[in-house]
Amino acid sequence: MSKTVVTTASSAPVGEFALRCNGLQRYLGQGEGRVHVLKGVSFEARRGQVYAIVGPSGCGKSTLLYLLGLLDQPDGGDIEINGQRMSNSDDLARTAARGEHIGFVFQFHFLMLEFTALENVMMPMRKLGRLSVPAMEARARLLLDAVGLGAKTHRLGTQLSGGEQQRVAVARALANQPSIILADEPTGNLDVKNSALVFDLLTRLAKENGQAVILVTHNPEIAQRCDVTRPMRDGLFV
Amino acid sequence: MSPNLRIAFRFLTAKKRAMLMSLSCTVLGVGLFIVTQATTSGFEEFFVRTLLGTDGAIRIEDRKQSTLQSMEAAGGSDAQILQREGVKYIEGVEEPALIKDAVRNFANVRGVSAVLRGNVQVTSPFKTEDAQIFGIKLDEHRLVSELERKITTPGGLGKFLESTSGVLVGRVLADRLQLTVNDSIVVNARGESRRYHVAAIFETGVRDIDKTRIYLDLGEARSLLRKPTGATFVQISLYEPKRAREEAAHMENVLGHSVRPWQEREKEWLSVFRALKVSSAITVTVFTLIASLAMFNTLAMIVLEKTKDIAILRSMGYERRDITQIFLWQAGIVLAIGAIIGGLFGAAVTFGVSLVPLPINTLFKTATFIVSWSPWHYVQAIATAVVMVMIASLVPARRAARLEPGDIVRGTAQ
Repeated sequence: MSKTVVTTASSAPVGEFALRCNGLQRYLGQGEGRVHVLKGVSFEARRGQVYAIVGPSGCGKSTLLYLLGLLDQPDGGDIEINGQRMSNSDDLARTAARGEHIGFVFQFHFLMLEFTALENVMMPMRKLGRLSVPAMEARARLLLDAVGLGAKTHRLGTQLSGGEQQRVAVARALANQPSIILADEPTGNLDVKNSALVFDLLTRLAKENGQAVILVTHNPEIAQRCDVTRPMRDGLFV
Repeated sequence: MSPNLRIAFRFLTAKKRAMLMSLSCTVLGVGLFIVTQATTSGFEEFFVRTLLGTDGAIRIEDRKQSTLQSMEAAGGSDAQILQREGVKYIEGVEEPALIKDAVRNFANVRGVSAVLRGNVQVTSPFKTEDAQIFGIKLDEHRLVSELERKITTPGGLGKFLESTSGVLVGRVLADRLQLTVNDSIVVNARGESRRYHVAAIFETGVRDIDKTRIYLDLGEARSLLRKPTGATFVQISLYEPKRAREEAAHMENVLGHSVRPWQEREKEWLSVFRALKVSSAITVTVFTLIASLAMFNTLAMIVLEKTKDIAILRSMGYERRDITQIFLWQAGIVLAIGAIIGGLFGAAVTFGVSLVPLPINTLFKTATFIVSWSPWHYVQAIATAVVMVMIASLVPARRAARLEPGDIVRGTAQ
């Protein structure tokens, strides 16, 4: 796996990029507490590549990730998902794009604990509604098998360890075969062994499917293993 | 099962305490509504049924006669004669046969009976009491009252039909005079005394009637009261007693007699029942508001506890509309279960209340608490619960839908 540090890849053809953003601005807070978090960030992610966004706490990594994942709206700049401009789109379009093109892995697992591992993985598929229920179940089992949880499909979220929950979250992020996987410190809450396991899973499955993986991490070892590392400071890539 | 319903159901069953809280609010709301309606309506309906079965839906009483009218000259002249206009009432119905024939043309009329009433004194071997004679033709009066069903002595009306010297005596009057069937009584009217025998004893449950009223054959009553023609009033029963007011107004215009529907005749008591209804409506409203507030709090708490799940769902492509639906489904599930259990609870409590001993023998006669069994009470209770639950759940559900997933994940959701 080669490690590259790039600033932009604007010369690449549009089809290669799963995600592009240009001049993203974001302020957080109100009044005197208002902070200029992102100061015109531009970024591109190719399919099949793993990107690490690194930097000190408060530099705007997570904020950028949420903007790229359409969970939040920028105060300025453009975002394109698979060539479709999303920054000015309404909530419905952004929600649809999230369901179809983006998979999320959060730091604190964010499983729905009342549901089994299988149901958690099936959840995005049920919303998208592309597959029949048996097909959804078969795919969910396949993914859980791939993350090593084939024997624990019917366990509730509460009956899984932290590492197992995060692996279910990875399987869930891949459920709809999105072109972009966004992971916010996916290994931040795990021990070394589980961190390596989750990262390997994420990158292997994403590469197999030609998905762009963008992850925010504080872990230098994880960052080093990514294809591209983008350090951030004070709301800008450096 | 739709994904949203599935999620709603799981959210709800995972939060058992919150669900039980919401459910108990709905069950109590529905149940209490039904019980209140059943108990409030029970007495009123029983009272109305008693009075309709005794005195009919409508009574045609005094004849109306217009007094002098004001007059104006025609042809542009200013000449006019001004009089105090008004209506004079002539007591009783002079031509009951004509009135009966005319009344029978009204489609809603079930039966018509002319009644001659007079004050008498009744003497038994033990005592003398004041009473009122009601002269009736039994075959006519059967259609305008439930007299036959009110007979409490063996043999029913058989002996009354056998001879014109038989009388029907109210239960309270019979007790005071210590009378039983076949006993002799002397009835004194206008200085003349006649002997009759007790053919049967009736009990309407209305004390004022049971302590004064004696039914006698109309022909015999005419002879006793020396009124060979006319009637004191004409009693009418209707297929739809609730329309008595409209029918009475129509009859008054057509017949030129004073016509009183039961709603007007019993308006004092009916207004008491109305006041009771308003009072219980206020109680139910207050309880419903408290239950709604409790339910609102519970659902709002669930939304607060589920913000993380809302963020997850939103990140997976679930729309705001889905989030609203999930929380409305939760309310809908609570409502459906609450309505069923609340309905059963209401029915059980209503049944229990109907067994509570409550001897009343004044306005009507009952030994236990009177309840009304109407499907409308259940429909109204469930409709109220729908409004209550929807109002209580809509605000939290919409709040949940408004949450921005980015804010939740970042931990700044308001």
